[in-house]
Amino acid sequence: MTGAAAIALTRQGLYRLGYNLLTRILPIVAGVACFNLLIMHVMTGDAADVLAGNAGGATAQELARLRHEFGLDQPFAQRFLGYLWAVLHGDLGLSQTQGVPVAGLILARLPTTFLLMGVSLTFSLLLGVGLGVLGARHPGGWTDGLVSGLILTLYAMPSFWFGLMAIVLFSVKLGWLPSGGLDSLEQVPEGWAWAADRLKHLLLPGLTLANFHIAVYARLTRGILLDIEREDFVRTLRAKGASAGRILLFHMLPNAALPILTMVGLQMAALFGGSVVVESVFGLPGLGRLILDALLSRDMTLLTGILLVSSVMVTVINLLLDLLFFLIDPRVRSGAGMSPDRLGQEGE
Amino acid sequence: MVRFPIGDDTEGLTRRGLLRGAAGLAATGLVGAGLVGAGPAGATATQADRGGTLMVTVPAEPPHLCSAFDSNMGPCLIGSKVLEGLIAFAPDLSPIPVLARSWDISDDGLTYTFALRENVLWHDGHPFTADDVVFSFREAWSVLHPFGRTAYANVVAAEAIGPHQVVFRLSAPAPYLMSYMNVFGAQVLPRHVYEGTDIRRNPANWAPVGTGPFRFVEWRHGSHVRLERNAAYWRAGLPYLDSIVFRFIPDPLARALALRSGQLHMAVSSAIAYPNLRLFDDPDRYTIDGGDGTFLFSQFLLHFNMRQPVLADRRVRLAMQAAIDRDRLLALAFAGHGKAADGPLPSTLAKFHVPATGGGYDPALSERLLDEAGLPRRVDGVRLRVALDFIDTVNIHIPEFLRQQLRQVGIRLDLRVGDLASYLRRIYTDETYDMALNTAHALPDPSLGLQRLYWSKSIVRGVPWSNGARYANPDLDRIMETAARDGDTARRWADIRQWQEIARRDLPILNLIEQQWVTVADNRVLRPSRQADGLFASYADVSLAAQATPA
Repeated sequence: MTGAAAIALTRQGLYRLGYNLLTRILPIVAGVACFNLLIMHVMTGDAADVLAGNAGGATAQELARLRHEFGLDQPFAQRFLGYLWAVLHGDLGLSQTQGVPVAGLILARLPTTFLLMGVSLTFSLLLGVGLGVLGARHPGGWTDGLVSGLILTLYAMPSFWFGLMAIVLFSVKLGWLPSGGLDSLEQVPEGWAWAADRLKHLLLPGLTLANFHIAVYARLTRGILLDIEREDFVRTLRAKGASAGRILLFHMLPNAALPILTMVGLQMAALFGGSVVVESVFGLPGLGRLILDALLSRDMTLLTGILLVSSVMVTVINLLLDLLFFLIDPRVRSGAGMSPDRLGQEGE
Repeated sequence: MVRFPIGDDTEGLTRRGLLRGAAGLAATGLVGAGLVGAGPAGATATQADRGGTLMVTVPAEPPHLCSAFDSNMGPCLIGSKVLEGLIAFAPDLSPIPVLARSWDISDDGLTYTFALRENVLWHDGHPFTADDVVFSFREAWSVLHPFGRTAYANVVAAEAIGPHQVVFRLSAPAPYLMSYMNVFGAQVLPRHVYEGTDIRRNPANWAPVGTGPFRFVEWRHGSHVRLERNAAYWRAGLPYLDSIVFRFIPDPLARALALRSGQLHMAVSSAIAYPNLRLFDDPDRYTIDGGDGTFLFSQFLLHFNMRQPVLADRRVRLAMQAAIDRDRLLALAFAGHGKAADGPLPSTLAKFHVPATGGGYDPALSERLLDEAGLPRRVDGVRLRVALDFIDTVNIHIPEFLRQQLRQVGIRLDLRVGDLASYLRRIYTDETYDMALNTAHALPDPSLGLQRLYWSKSIVRGVPWSNGARYANPDLDRIMETAARDGDTARRWADIRQWQEIARRDLPILNLIEQQWVTVADNRVLRPSRQADGLFASYADVSLAAQATPA
C-alpha cells in the first residue's frame, strides 16, 4: 500500500465514521428521550411520591411544589421538546431526587462500570476462545464433550445465581476473594497493593458478568474453526508441513477474528444491561446500580441521562468496530454496504 | 463496667434537684443498671481494643443523612453517629442526657427547660450553643419534619436563655414530648451551616457537620459512607473506634454472605432477611439481637380501604382477623422474631397497652361472620375476591401466607407487588386498592406515632403515609385530640384505653406482628451500653475486640 493510498483510505474511513455518527447518534438521542418520557409517563408514581415517601411524609402543598419544580405538571410534548433542546446544548439536566447535575453523577459511576466491563470482556474472550479451541481440537472426543457440557451449563445459568454461588465458594468457604465492593475499606491499601486489591475485587463480578458470553464465544470459535479446517488453504499449510499450533495461531484464528469482533460489539450492549444485576449482587458503585436507583426513585432526568449516555456509548463502540473492519478487511471496503453483522453470518 | 453517663455525669447528680418525676430520676445514676446487656454486648473494651474500623451494613442506601426533617429510619442509622439529639433512651425508655445535660418540666407541663452541655464543638470547630437548638426547632423540627409538625404542635416558642439554656413554651401540655427529643425526632443541626439556606437542599445533608463521636469523611454513592473518630468529642476518651464504614449492598443474600465471610462486622435494622438469620445461629461467633429498635415500637400491619363497600362492612374485617393465625405468621415469616400483635398498641408499650380479650385465630367464627355479611361460598368455594398491595421489599412469605390463610375461609387474595413509587401512588393518591401491608412506628407514645393512622384529619389525598385506611370516626378523633394535650396522666391513660377499645372494635387496621429490628453482629463487636433507640446509638463506646469473645 502506498502512502497516498493509505491517506485516502484513512480519509475515507473518517468520512464513513462521521456520516455514521450523524445518521445514527442523533436518532438515538431523540428515540431514547422519547421512549423514556413515555415509559415514565405510563409508570405509576413519580419522583415527588418517592421523595415524600422516603422522607416519611409531606404536605399536599409541598408535593404540588415539587411536581411544579420537576416540570411534572407540564404537558408531555413540552417536557419532551424541552429535554431534547437541553440535551442538544450538552445539558443533561439536574437529578430530580438528588438535585445535582446528572452528568456528574454518571461520570462518577462510569469508571467502575468500564473497569467491570473490561475485566469481563477479557475473561469472556480468553476463556471463551480458549474453550472453543479446546473443543475444536478433537470434535466428538471427550474434551469436546466436556467443553460442550460446560458451555451449556454457563449458557443456562442465571448470572445472579452464578454470582451468589461464586461468593459462597470463594469468599465464605475458601476465603480467597472478597465477597463484594470495589476496594478493601477496612484497611485501605496504597500503590501497587491498591491495584492488586482492586483487581481481586473485580475477579468474581467480572467472571459473573462474563459467564454467558464465555459460552457464546466458545461456541462461535469452535464452529468457525471446524469450518475453516476444511478450507483449501489449511490443507495446503498442512501439506507444507506447518505446525498445528502455527496454523491455529497465525492462519485460522485471524479468520475467526471478524465474527468474534462482531460479537464483541453485540456484547457491549449486553454488558451494560448485565451490570445492573452484577453490581447489585457485588455491591459495586457502577452505572448499573444508578439505573436501578433512578428507576426506583422515578428520577426521570437521571434515568434518561444514563440511558442516553450508555446507548450513545454502545453506538460509538460499534461504529469504531465498524471502522476497524473497514480498515483491516478488504471485503468490507469493496463490498459496498457490507455490514459486520452480515460478515458474522458469513463466517458460520 | 458501667460507662454511662460519662464525663460530667457527676454534674447530672448534683442537678438532681432540677429533675422532676420518674424520667428525671432515671436520667441520672439509676440508668446505669439498665444499660448493661448480656453476652458480648455487655462486655466492655479494654485498652487493647481501641482503634479499628467497624464495618456495618444497612438495608438500603439512604437518600441523605439528615433526620431533622425526615422521619425515615435510613438517614438516622448513619447520621446518628455524626449528629446528636438532646437526649437518648435507656432500655426502659427513660431519658438519658446527650446534648442536654439536664432538664426541668414545669408542674403545669407548659415549660420545658433544657440545660445544655458546655464546651461542645461542632466538627468544623464552631462552639455548640443554645442558638443551634432554637434554630433546629424553628426551622426544621416544627415546620419541615413530617411527624414533628404534630409532635411539636403545642410548642409555641423556643428561646435561648444564655448560651447554654433553652426553654420551650407550650400552649397546652404535650405529655409525649420528651419521648421524641432524641437524635431521631430532634436532631440538632449547626445553625452556622444551615442558616439562610434551603435546609432540605443544604449540601451538609450529604456531608453532615455534627457534634457526635464520629466526623463525616466521604460518601461514595453506591458503595459506602466512611466516618472517622472525632478526637475532640465531649465524652473524654471516646470514641474507641478509629472509623466506621457503612457499606451498601442491595442484594439481601449478598449482605448475609458478606457478614458470613468476615467482610462485615455487623448488620443493623434487619439488614439480614429473616430466612437468612439461620446462617448466624452459632452463638460462639455471632450475636442476634432484637432490642435495638424498641424505641420505634414498630408494627407490621394490614390496613383496609374503608371506602371499598365490601370492606366497609365491619364483619368482613373481623372475619379477616379471625382467619389469620398470627402466631404461625410470626414463626414462618419472621423466624420468631417479634410477637403476634393483639391491637393498635404493641404489648411492649406496657404503660398503655390493654391486652385483647378476643380477636384470636378462629376460622369457624370467620366463616360465620362472612355468612352474616351476605357473602356465601359460591360454587367454586369463593366468597369474595380482594387485592392486597405491598412493597417489593416485604418478605414474600408474608403475603403468600395470608393468601393461604384467607383461602381457607373462602376469600381469594390477589397479590399486587409494586415498588415504593407505585405503591404510594395506588394507596394514597389513586386509592385503587383493597388492602395494603405496611410497617408503622407507634413510637413510645400513641399520640406521636399512631394518631396519624386513625385521625380523620390526616386523610389527605396524595400524601404518603397518611391515614391510608381512610377511616373516620368523630368520637375517636375527639379522644385522640384530647389525649394529645391532656396533662392529667390518669385521664389521659383512660383515653388511650378507650382509643384501643374503639380501634379493636372498628378494626380499620389489622395489626399482625410486633416487629423487631434485628441486629446481627460478629462477637468481636463490643457494645457495653444498650439503648431503646439502639439503632440510633452514637457508637461512642462501641469497640472491636482483638479476639472474638464467646457469648
